[in-house]
Amino acid sequence: MAVIEKKIVIKNKQGLHARPAAVFVQIANKFNSEITLKKGKEAVNGKSIMGILMLGAEKGSIIRIEVNGDDAEMAIVELEKLIGGEE
Amino acid sequence: MSEKVQLKGIPAAPGIAIGPAYKLGKEEFNIIAQEIKEDQIPLQIQLFEEAIIKTRKEILNLQKKISEEMGHDTAEIFDAHLLVLEDRMLIEEVINTLKKERLNVAYVFSKVLKKYVNVFSKIEDEYLRERIIDVNDIGKRILRNLLGKTHSKLDGLKEPVIIVSADLSPSDTASMHKNDVRGFVTDIGSKTSHTAIMAKSLEIPAVVGTEEATAKIKAGDILIVDGANGVVIINPDEKTLEFYRKEAVKYKDIGKKLIGLRKIVAQTIDGRKIEVAANLELPLEIPAIKQYGAEGIGLYRTEFFYMNRKDLPTEDEHFEAYKHVANLMKPYPVTIRTLDLGGDKFISQLQVPHEMFPFLGWRAIRFCLARPDIFKIQLRAILRASVFGKLRIMYPMISGIEEIRQANSLLEEAKKELKAEKVPYDENIEVGTMIEVPSAALTADLLARESDFFSIGTNDLIQYALAIDRANEKVAYLYEPAHPAVLRMIKTVIDSAHNSGIWVGMCGEMAGDPAFVPMLLGLGLDEFSMSPFSIPEVKQVVCALTMDTARRIADEGLKLSTGKEVEEFNHRKLKDILKGK
Repeated sequence: MAVIEKKIVIKNKQGLHARPAAVFVQIANKFNSEITLKKGKEAVNGKSIMGILMLGAEKGSIIRIEVNGDDAEMAIVELEKLIGGEE
Repeated sequence: MSEKVQLKGIPAAPGIAIGPAYKLGKEEFNIIAQEIKEDQIPLQIQLFEEAIIKTRKEILNLQKKISEEMGHDTAEIFDAHLLVLEDRMLIEEVINTLKKERLNVAYVFSKVLKKYVNVFSKIEDEYLRERIIDVNDIGKRILRNLLGKTHSKLDGLKEPVIIVSADLSPSDTASMHKNDVRGFVTDIGSKTSHTAIMAKSLEIPAVVGTEEATAKIKAGDILIVDGANGVVIINPDEKTLEFYRKEAVKYKDIGKKLIGLRKIVAQTIDGRKIEVAANLELPLEIPAIKQYGAEGIGLYRTEFFYMNRKDLPTEDEHFEAYKHVANLMKPYPVTIRTLDLGGDKFISQLQVPHEMFPFLGWRAIRFCLARPDIFKIQLRAILRASVFGKLRIMYPMISGIEEIRQANSLLEEAKKELKAEKVPYDENIEVGTMIEVPSAALTADLLARESDFFSIGTNDLIQYALAIDRANEKVAYLYEPAHPAVLRMIKTVIDSAHNSGIWVGMCGEMAGDPAFVPMLLGLGLDEFSMSPFSIPEVKQVVCALTMDTARRIADEGLKLSTGKEVEEFNHRKLKDILKGK
């Protein structure tokens, strides 16, 4: 079991909204790992469209992704590719 | 019986509808909290799961039905619903709250749902607000299933109703004609919003922009919708009802009489023939279009291929649709407007950035020239379909000659490719320019040299010329089709085209307004393209005129100094013309 946490700056122009959020959830759900998104004090389930939308992550905002599970490595690579780059 | 109340809105589609109000999307459930015992928790969870499974089935069925009826993947809009339905956070929160507070699941669910909707509605983001509609929609479905209520959404209407809603999406409107919807009333929207235009072609009487319809109207209230005058009467007395029933009959009679005119050729008394065509959005509208006697399609909007889906339409999908329409309309011409994305038309799968002024932004031909990969797929498909009927190509939002040249060079590339592949196409396909930007109108003489025809898109031309956002209700009163500036532009465009020997059509709302017909005819307009409903009336006006009268009306009308004066003048003249007949 691996726990990986990464800080990511949202580079997507629309932030993590609507379409990108939906894609994020679909990809997140491919993995067994638990995926948590954190922004400031808020933490939401990364496999939940409602959670992500409520996080309201605009372009340029910094979020942390925490991935916990046997496929954490693969998950973090794909998700990171989707929303931004490493800081 | 409640008291009689009258609402005033914007007339969007003519006709009179009488029937019970059906409130869409604003349905309220009165759910009472009930305590449950610890041993009832598993049962409540089971009920919740069953409701979700049932809802899922319903959505899949609806998705299937719509994808069959619409012929393409409009149904993908429901993917978002499924995503919300299966949302882990929502499900977990309901189950956790249920266990903690020991209240009935329907109450817990509605509370959790409300919480989400509240948080969403506070976020200042257009895309997110769209998601609220999804969340609400799906939430209501689950609640209905939890409460064992029959579905009263659009897909399961049992009796003819009048839809009352804050706003309607084009996909709502598109699914209406299949059900028994007599009319609709909305809080927001304007005469030229997408929804209003579709209501007109589906012949559903509609009043939009009433501001307070959803607040004032209760589900089940009896409504009269007078679509021509923009009036909605709530719970009318018997006398009023009687009056409107008679009006409705009268209206239908006029409709029948006008349909009788459909076979008539649109020709002035002195023999000038006019092409009266229809605007088309969905191929399924073609039977109605033919019924009204359209002699072609002057504007075939192709945005629907791209909306509400994740992937891009393939060349074959385009081809099949164009071939179908070309076949059905043969021998009449069909003018296909190439992709006009942007403005109020958002396309989901292309990550088009949010813009401050979308109507002045990256849209239509600007987008297509920047994405030749997408554009060429459509051009190739149109060319391939052109051997199955008479097709024309029209470029939207042209602002200068370079854009025509660039688009044409892509078209030449497409032709060359097809030639190499030995795929046949119409070598003489006409390629025209849509005139909807003031810079194009003012340089029409230059554009005419490299166009086979023009079509004036008045809806956008008016809004650009007068600097009016037509969807903004605060300034909508300034949206004046009869403004002298607009009329002068139209005259310039027609004169320039005729000097270069090309023909001019018009595909905006103005072309279908009988009061404008004499003036436009007098200015020399060759083709009028409109909502099918307006065709018989427009033909009637054309047939009652001589070109000489029309020219005099145009001359006199263009000397007036305000839009209001022109409008009054036009209506007066129209009355005289129809009386003289």
